[in-house]
Amino acid sequence: MRRFWLPLLLAVSFAAQGAIEAYRFDDPEKEARYKVLIDELRCLVCQNQNLADSNAELAQDMRRKTYEMVQQGASNEEVVTFMVSRYGDFVLYRPPLRSSTALLWVGPFIIFAIGVGVLISFIRKRGRERAPELSPEQIARAEQLLNQGKDRDQ
Amino acid sequence: MIPEIGHLALILALAMALAQGLFPLIGAHRGIPSWVAMAKPAAQAHLLFMLVAYGCLTYAFLVHDFSVAYVAHNSNTQLPTLYLISGVWGAHEGSLLFWALTLALWTGAVTFFSRSVPQVMVARVVGVMGLVSVGFLLFMLLTSNPFDRLFNPPAEGRDLNPLLQDPGLAIHPPMLYMGYVGFSVAFAFAIAAMLGGRLDAAWARWSRPWTSVAWVFLTLGIVLGSWWAYYELGWGGWWFWDPVENASFMPWIVGTALMHSLAVTEKRGAFKAWTVLLAIFAFSLSLLGTFLVRSGVLTSVHAFATDPARGVFILLFLGVVVGGSLLLYSWRAAQIKSSVKFQLVSRETGLLLNNVILVVTACSVLLGTLYPLMIDALGGGKISVGPPYFNSVFIPLTVPLALLVGVGALLRWKSDDAAALAVRLLPHLLISVVAGFGLPLIFAPSFSWGAVLGVFLATWVLFTTLQWLRERAGAGRGLWQALRSTPRGGWGMVFGHLGIAVFVLGVALTSIYSTEKDLRLEPGENYSLGGYDFLFEGVDVTQGPNFTANRGRVVISRDGAHVATLHPEKRVYAVQRMPMTEAGIDAGLFRDLFVALGEPLGEEGAWAVRIYHKPFVRWIWLGGLFMSLGGLLAASDRRYFKLARKARLTADQAAAGATA
Amino acid sequence: MKARFLIPLGIFLVVVVFLAIGLTKDPRDVPSVLINEKAPEFVLPDLLDPEKQVRSADMRGRVWLLNVWGTWCPECWREHDFLKYLAKSEGVAIIGIDWRDERGEALAFLRNKGNPFLAVGFDPDSQAIMDWGVYGAPETFLIDKKGFIRWKHTGAITSQLWREELKALMQRLEAES
Repeated sequence: MRRFWLPLLLAVSFAAQGAIEAYRFDDPEKEARYKVLIDELRCLVCQNQNLADSNAELAQDMRRKTYEMVQQGASNEEVVTFMVSRYGDFVLYRPPLRSSTALLWVGPFIIFAIGVGVLISFIRKRGRERAPELSPEQIARAEQLLNQGKDRDQ
Repeated sequence: MIPEIGHLALILALAMALAQGLFPLIGAHRGIPSWVAMAKPAAQAHLLFMLVAYGCLTYAFLVHDFSVAYVAHNSNTQLPTLYLISGVWGAHEGSLLFWALTLALWTGAVTFFSRSVPQVMVARVVGVMGLVSVGFLLFMLLTSNPFDRLFNPPAEGRDLNPLLQDPGLAIHPPMLYMGYVGFSVAFAFAIAAMLGGRLDAAWARWSRPWTSVAWVFLTLGIVLGSWWAYYELGWGGWWFWDPVENASFMPWIVGTALMHSLAVTEKRGAFKAWTVLLAIFAFSLSLLGTFLVRSGVLTSVHAFATDPARGVFILLFLGVVVGGSLLLYSWRAAQIKSSVKFQLVSRETGLLLNNVILVVTACSVLLGTLYPLMIDALGGGKISVGPPYFNSVFIPLTVPLALLVGVGALLRWKSDDAAALAVRLLPHLLISVVAGFGLPLIFAPSFSWGAVLGVFLATWVLFTTLQWLRERAGAGRGLWQALRSTPRGGWGMVFGHLGIAVFVLGVALTSIYSTEKDLRLEPGENYSLGGYDFLFEGVDVTQGPNFTANRGRVVISRDGAHVATLHPEKRVYAVQRMPMTEAGIDAGLFRDLFVALGEPLGEEGAWAVRIYHKPFVRWIWLGGLFMSLGGLLAASDRRYFKLARKARLTADQAAAGATA
Repeated sequence: MKARFLIPLGIFLVVVVFLAIGLTKDPRDVPSVLINEKAPEFVLPDLLDPEKQVRSADMRGRVWLLNVWGTWCPECWREHDFLKYLAKSEGVAIIGIDWRDERGEALAFLRNKGNPFLAVGFDPDSQAIMDWGVYGAPETFLIDKKGFIRWKHTGAITSQLWREELKALMQRLEAES
């Protein structure tokens, strides 16, 4: 089995630097967009962290780039396009809707529809079936008797 | 010497697990009473050897026996005693040992507390759990022996991962494992019932308390993990939709569905096949979680150091256990004849809807978790599926769940009158709508539809749940009498559902109204956020047992009145040189103030500081605690003990009769 | 046996197949999206002589390797001797980018271990690196005569990789016009 271990083969420079950067924005709207972007962009070298949570140097670089672009007036789409054209779809925590991700986005709703469909047909069937004329108490009593019988067998 | 005893005990535990798995199952099948009778002693011996093995590894940690590779890699002479004990389950091999011990503990518990259950049934349950144990013990002995020795023992150990050196994380894994592994009891009861060919209401009654207890542990484990991530990772997040978090969340969702489905199967004898399937699923998802964490197929913050051989083994094991169970299911479920009748508007329908929504949610989480892997396997490249996806799928699915949760309990079994129900619910709907719009408009800093929805849902769950209590009082009883006569199971339901109300409110308000700011602060500088003034007084250096810390001091005041003084820390642990943030938090019922320290900036003693104001964040965990309390109440319902006592009496009488 | 009770087993088997395939893959190995794309241009100060500049445009018409390295990266130390062999004995043109490094340390490194590079661009602040989608070091790109990226490797270049993959590819690219 050919496996390739990046953590061993590839030195990723983790420096002892915090992820807190006091970037100043000239517009609160830009700051809000910056926060959203670094929340939804993935740090490539980390185990599974977004840019906002990561201490890795690559994440710092990407945050700085995001900050610069946002500050210069780039839209969210422009920042995302910039990152995707360099790092691929992997960098997006919100996968874009393509043919390969259609099942991902539609899947839950298909499953939900199937679930509700099965449920309705099941209840319809249940409503029509003839049940033996026993009350739940009677059924419980019958079961209890049966169980006691079994117990005594051993 | 001691590690060798531990190793030997593991091998003996394997032998006992084999005996526990084979003899009772074959004995039950062929009707050999002496083989059936071996179940209990074998399981108890298995438990004893597991305790010995576990004790040996703990001892090796306490005496710093660095000739044991696992001890050398995960501890250090400077490590405080608490973390020497919790370090045993801090990495792959030891946590696996803990897993196996937990399984033995649950099996032991089944042998002690199942007097009301027929002996053959207990034998089968214990047998199934024994076979599961065999798999884990083999896995440990073949690929991940915690007692492996080093030829050249180092003088000093490599220390425990600093992230794990925290009281919250010391108890989080045991809780989680008790929950994961606890679902093996319901699983074993389901398999045993199928093997015995008696898929009736009885197995549901027997496995209900076990399922509830396991669910309580899992709930507490998840709550602890979330709380730990919040204060330890330093970023104020409480849930990240990481694959490993999802791996604990999926069994929780299915376990929740199972608890409700078991209720129907026990009380009405309905949904038998479905309940069995859920019991299989809940444990299968626990096993899948183990695979995801330990095989390295997905990247996760929490993953253990991985090795493909381990992945292959667990996958094979998963295939045998789950594949075998589902094969048995496809055979037995087809023979079940259900003749229970109910109408569209009935409690059965409500519980089925609950099950459908929960299972669809679990499937969606599974889909999102495995999707990157599936696309990669099909050659579609690498993609990431993260929080934005899960949130946009999860929230629309939980809204109908919250709408139904209180209503379902108000419905009568078999059939109910929809028009009368609507009349009962109308006042609550009005109150909830008013509260949903009113409370955010009055108290919140800004209007948000999300907050309206959150408050509406929380109020709705609260009032529909309380309506259930009120209606108990209606039937000729006073309120106090009704409350006193409500069984523990009923109170469990009430608290569980109130937990949802509290949780929904916490999630909605925290995610909408939290504010944060990253700042450069010089000593003496001030910043105000969420109505509070944060005064930064500077940073000094302190020394911990095995770390050095920069300790900041932030004084918080509101309208001039002192609120709290926080000490966020930035620690560097001596051995692993890993920087760690310890946030300073002032916790409150209605808001948390949270300060994390970044890096020094410049010469004037300035630091990068992150501050948060998080309204209602505690309610998220408070909701989890309410749910756990509900689970505990449900599990301790008197009727389970009554059953046990009655069975004991019968057994004693039978014994007395035999001797007389 | 009714078929619908086999559905859970079927779904489970599909999941197991995917998990089994997943075991043979590395989730952290992210392939470059720049393969067969035009190589991003860069202009960086020369590590050896800050007055001069290293430009990707100067390599137009040649088949060359771009190697991203730094003295902080242990694998770069490991592959260095083989890079020297490639430059000296196989005549491969290698441009280096020294990334997130200290100039003094990088110069000492090259002085002590020898210099396989035609030129080394100095990029302490990830100016050029981000355009290339680099996420760690060492990473090596192969660029053809028209300036397109044709191949990329993450991790150290080894003699095995050269023999089995890179050498033939470079010969083919040399033959292109």
